Order: sequence, then C-alpha cells, then structure tokens
Amino acid sequence: MEIQVKTYAEYLASGESPEILFWVGCAGSFDDRAKKITRAIVRILDHVGMKFAVLGTEESCTGDPAKRAGNEFLFQMQAMNNITVLNGYNVKKIVTGCPHCFNTLKNEYPALGGNYEVIHHTQLVQELIDAGKLKVQGGAFKGKKITYHDACYLGRANSVYEAPREAIKALDADLAEMKRSREKGFCCGAGGAQMFKEAEKGNKEVNVERTEEALELTPSVIATACPFCMTMMSDGVKHFNKESSVKVLDIAEIVVGGLKE
Amino acid sequence: MSVSSIIFLLLFISASALFIRNIRRVRRNILLGKDEVRNDRKGERWKIMTLVALGQKKMFKRPLPAILHLFVYVGFVLINIEVLEMFIDGAFGTHRVLSFLNFEGFPLYTYMIGSFEIFAFLVTFGCAVFLIRRNITKVKRLVMKELDGWPKSDANIILISEILIMCSLFLMNAAELTTYQRANLLGSMLPVSQYLVPFLSGISDEGLHIIANACWWFHIFGVFAFLNYLVISKHFHIVLAFPNVFYANLNPKGKFTNLGSVTNEVKAMLDPTFTPPPANPDQPMRFGAKDVQDLSWKQLMDAYTCTECGRCTSACPANQTGKLLSPRKIMMDTRDRLEEVGKNIDKNGKFVDDGKALSGNYITPEELWACTSCNACVEECPVNIDPLGIIIDLRRYLVMEQSAAPTELNMMFTNVENNGAPWAFAQSDRLNWKNEF
Ligand code: SF4
Ligand code: SF4
Repeated sequence: MEIQVKTYAEYLASGESPEILFWVGCAGSFDDRAKKITRAIVRILDHVGMKFAVLGTEESCTGDPAKRAGNEFLFQMQAMNNITVLNGYNVKKIVTGCPHCFNTLKNEYPALGGNYEVIHHTQLVQELIDAGKLKVQGGAFKGKKITYHDACYLGRANSVYEAPREAIKALDADLAEMKRSREKGFCCGAGGAQMFKEAEKGNKEVNVERTEEALELTPSVIATACPFCMTMMSDGVKHFNKESSVKVLDIAEIVVGGLKE
Repeated sequence: MSVSSIIFLLLFISASALFIRNIRRVRRNILLGKDEVRNDRKGERWKIMTLVALGQKKMFKRPLPAILHLFVYVGFVLINIEVLEMFIDGAFGTHRVLSFLNFEGFPLYTYMIGSFEIFAFLVTFGCAVFLIRRNITKVKRLVMKELDGWPKSDANIILISEILIMCSLFLMNAAELTTYQRANLLGSMLPVSQYLVPFLSGISDEGLHIIANACWWFHIFGVFAFLNYLVISKHFHIVLAFPNVFYANLNPKGKFTNLGSVTNEVKAMLDPTFTPPPANPDQPMRFGAKDVQDLSWKQLMDAYTCTECGRCTSACPANQTGKLLSPRKIMMDTRDRLEEVGKNIDKNGKFVDDGKALSGNYITPEELWACTSCNACVEECPVNIDPLGIIIDLRRYLVMEQSAAPTELNMMFTNVENNGAPWAFAQSDRLNWKNEF
C-alpha cells in the first residue's frame, strides 16, 4: 500500500488535525542520501499509524547554519518566518529528522515566540518501542557489530545519548562503543556551518579522524542520527575504501530494517 | 610589642591591602563586560558549585591528574589552619599558640601538625609529578605552542613555590623537633620531619632556633607573595573557580544566546508598525564582539578563571586535526587583552583607543572559522568555562559588522535567504522526496 504523506494544509482542509509535525529539514528534503532517511522516518510513522503532517513547501531552513556562522540577522529572519507558519497552524508537537533543527526549534525558537514540544526522531523511536507500539526484531542486524557516532547537537548540546543506543539494543545488535563516545564524542566535522565551507588548513580532516576511530572497531554498521554526520562518516568510509564492508546508516533506517510485519 | 610582631603586622597589612587593590582591579575589569543574567535558579547553582568546584567532579574524567590535583587542593586548604596559627603567632608574638590542644594522654595538636605534614608531603609529591609532566614527560596538552614564554614559566613558578613553601614547613618542624628531642621534651614523632632530624643533629640549639625562625618567616612571606601572585597568574582559578561555576550557563549547551538588538531590527523589518525600544546611549550598539568590552561579564570572568590546563584543546576536533584554533588560546587571549585594556584604563582614567582589539590582534579569523561548535571544549572544562560563546560572538562581529565571512558561507547565507535552504535548491522542490518511495 502506498504511504500517504500529507501536508498540514491538506490536513486542515480535510477538517482533521495531525498528532505531530514532522520537520524534515533541508538535508532531509534535498540531499539524496538524507532523503532516504526521511523516507525511513516516514515508514516508521506510517507503521505505527501515527497521524503526522509535513509543512512541505512551507518549510524553510530553521536558520541553524546562519546562527552558528554568526549571522544572527538571517537566523532571526528565518526563525520568525517559520514561527509565523508554525503558530498559524497552531503546531504543538514536532519531530525532527535532524539534530540541528531539533536544537534550534527546541532551544532557540522559544525566545522568539515559538513554543513547541520538540523531539528528535531517535527519541520518538525510543518512545514507540517503550510503549510497545513499535516492534522490532534483529533481522539483518541481529548480532552484527554496530557502533553509534554521537551527533554533537543531540549529545553534548542536548544530552540525548541513550535514545539512539536503545534502538540499536532493541535489535539484538552488538553495540560497540568508540573510545570517544557520549559526552566525549568526537565531532564529525560538519557542525558550526563547516558543512558549507572548506575546512581550515590542518593536517587531517576531522571526519577522517573520526571514521578511523570507528573503523578500529571493525563494525558492520556505523550508525548516525544526523544527516550531516551521515555525509561526513560516509565520506570517511569512502576515504578508507571500506564501502563494501561497512555501511553507514541512520538509526531510522536501521529500525526500518528490523520492523516486524 | 616586639619588633617581629611589628614587622609581621606591617607585612600582613601591606599584603592584604595590595591583595584587596588587585581584586578590585580584577572586579572592575570583569565589570567592563556587558550585562548577563546569571543569578537565577539559585538552588541549581549551589548544587553545581558544590559538585564541580568544591567536589572537582569534572576533574575525575582523567583520574591520575585528578588525584594529584586533589592532594594539592585538600593539602592547600587544610594547611591553611596551620597558617592561621602562624598568623596569630606572628601578630601576638606567641609560639605555636594552638599547642594548648595537646592534652594529657591525647596530644591533639601534635596529631594535627603530624597530619598537616602528611598533607604537605602529598602536596609536594603532587607538585613534583606535575613538574615532571610539564618538563620531562611533556604531556602534550601541557607543552603546546600557546604556552611558550610566560604561561610556561607561570606554571613552573607556581609548582616550585608550592614545593618550597611546603619544604620550609618540614624544615621548621624538623629543627624544633631536634631541639625538643635533645631536651627530652616531646616524645612523639612527626611523620615527615622526623627523617630530617639526623641531618640537623650536629647543629647547636641556637642554630636550630635560627633555622626554625627563618623557615617561619619564609613560609609567611611565601604565603603573602603567593596571595598577590595569584592575580597575575593562571593560579587565580583557586579563587575564581567557585563563583565561575556558580554563575555557569545552566541551559542546554546547544542553546546559543539570542541577540536582543537583532530581534528588534528584524521585528521592525517584518512589521512596519513595530517601534523598537530606544537604544541605551551608554552602550554603543554593536553586533557581536570586536573587543573584550563587547563580551559579557561572565565571559570575562571565564577568562580570569582559566587555569590553562588545555583539557578543552585536547578534545577540540579542530585542534586535534592540526587547525590553528585552540579554545584554551581563546581564553588566554581574552584575558591578555582584558589586562591590556585594564592597564590602559589605569593609565588614562578611562579607556583610550589603542588601535587594537581582541578580534584580529589577538584572535584571527582563521582560528574562528575552524570551530565546529561541537561543545567538546565546554564539556571538558573542569571549571565550566565556555570558549564557544566567545568564538560565536567574535564570528558575529566578523559577519554582521565587517561582512567578512568566508565566500562559501556568504553563498550559504544567500541560499538560505533566497531559497530557504543552505543549498541552491528551489523551495518549491522541498517535498519532492515523497514521490520517490
Ligand atoms: S566548540 Fe569549537 S573550539 Fe570548542 S572543541 Fe568544538 S571545535 Fe573546538
Ligand atoms: S578553558 Fe577550561 S579546559 Fe580550557 S584550559 Fe581553561 S580551564 Fe582548562
């Protein structure tokens, strides 16, 4: 059966209101690899029968990269425009596909008049598993070694360390930790608007350093929870020519792989 | 009043006066920063201060230096009880005024002095290992480029002075112990200085008295000198760690400050009927930070609190991959510039433009643009300093006042502005992913 993705406007037109807004984010909307994560998240929402809406073409960048780069003007312009849309639909609860959107919506929008309950998709997955609504089994991942790379804006920035790990554990996978994990997690190199520029001069790329650390564990999967980490870690794996033996997958994709029919 | 009491009191008064003057200067410098509310949520603040400052919680992420540091810290605090006694002795010409605590059958005072000796020994041991880590085994974060010159000497001066001050204590006790034993007065042994007694046994009672006296004065002098050295040294953290942790940021680390001045401008742009509140004429409007006066008082307090341990830098992804950025250097530069501005004010009565600024003269754009805003430095800092906040404020100045962002970032800004995404994709294509199931 085909999966239905409805916008907030479509919901309202049909006289219904959705339970949750899925904030897709720019990477999730435009980046080919991240679009697969977006579809995985939608599969999960659809699987549990949650009524979710997207903003579609009314969604716009949260302003996170502008703010981290020091362009507070542009950030606040984006934020206020988005808040107008969100408040216009009377949005209460948001799930995001990206830790940067999550952080910005949750922490930085309230001061500008945008107050919502915001969760990241890994938190939603954990909630659903805990509530018994999402049943997963090992499937292809059972007993496989998976290492999780902490996204800075989920981990240190917002102290979300366990939700992504719980999802991996629920799949009976072998969760292996890198030396630098949780509070000590080492950045992938994309944050703070680095994603959009060449790195400054140095002697190594940050993502290569991080991928090297992950590969030391000889995992079959490097799990991420952020579309930017996804790009950086995938590039890192390519750098070491390990694409055939090591996959980089988002927690949402791993969960979809383990869904019980 | 004896001559020595007079000398002591003069020393005491001048050292205290100098210390108070220094502290007021630091206070004035910190208050050059902009307002920031950090006295809310008192309960949480007391708790975090107890855990992180008093309890050294974050130090224990690295157990070896944490234990050695604990020796020095606890030793320092406890030995101050003995210093207090020395102060009383100095002022009133008494000798070991607390020795009345030696009760018949229970020599409490001797036990106290004995245990102080054990702590003093641990302090000496800790400092010696720290010296070795800095100068012989050269632990990476302790020998980096930004420590060359004064910072490196500063660290060694502190460690060597602490060792010397502790040694004067041992020698003083040993000299007295030797005389006591000779007169069969004090039977009980002191755990460390007893081993020095054999070396002193050839010296006359008179000579021993001079040694003990000299050590006493050395110790007193050392304490006063140390007190005033603090203010120009990274060692100031022993005082500022407490208020600095108390006033630390309690919000999630990912939440960056909201620039109210920008909010007013943006509101005025989006809504023509909005009238922004009148600007404060005392605080010139500036977006972001060009110089230390544009930072908040808390950011300036951070700079004075930094103990240059380099934990932040050793966790920084930019630094660890060879980039110029070092969060420790950000803090050291901020302090150095603030001191420079302070001296400027001392000299001229008020700040006179010296053609320099924190941005550019101290911290370069290349450093600023290497930051991934990952918060590793903030997480690592044992005294809850936030180098990232300063980095972002300096970036804000570069971008909003100087339009000096790297070209690629300017392209990203244009994309966000025109397409609502950091890449050049049309907003109308935002939902295309749903057709690709
Ligand atoms: S936030 Fe910036 S300065 Fe701090 S550790 Fe991360 S990259 Fe380095
Ligand atoms: S900022 Fe904190 S972690 Fe960094 S050098 Fe200073 S005291 Fe150490």
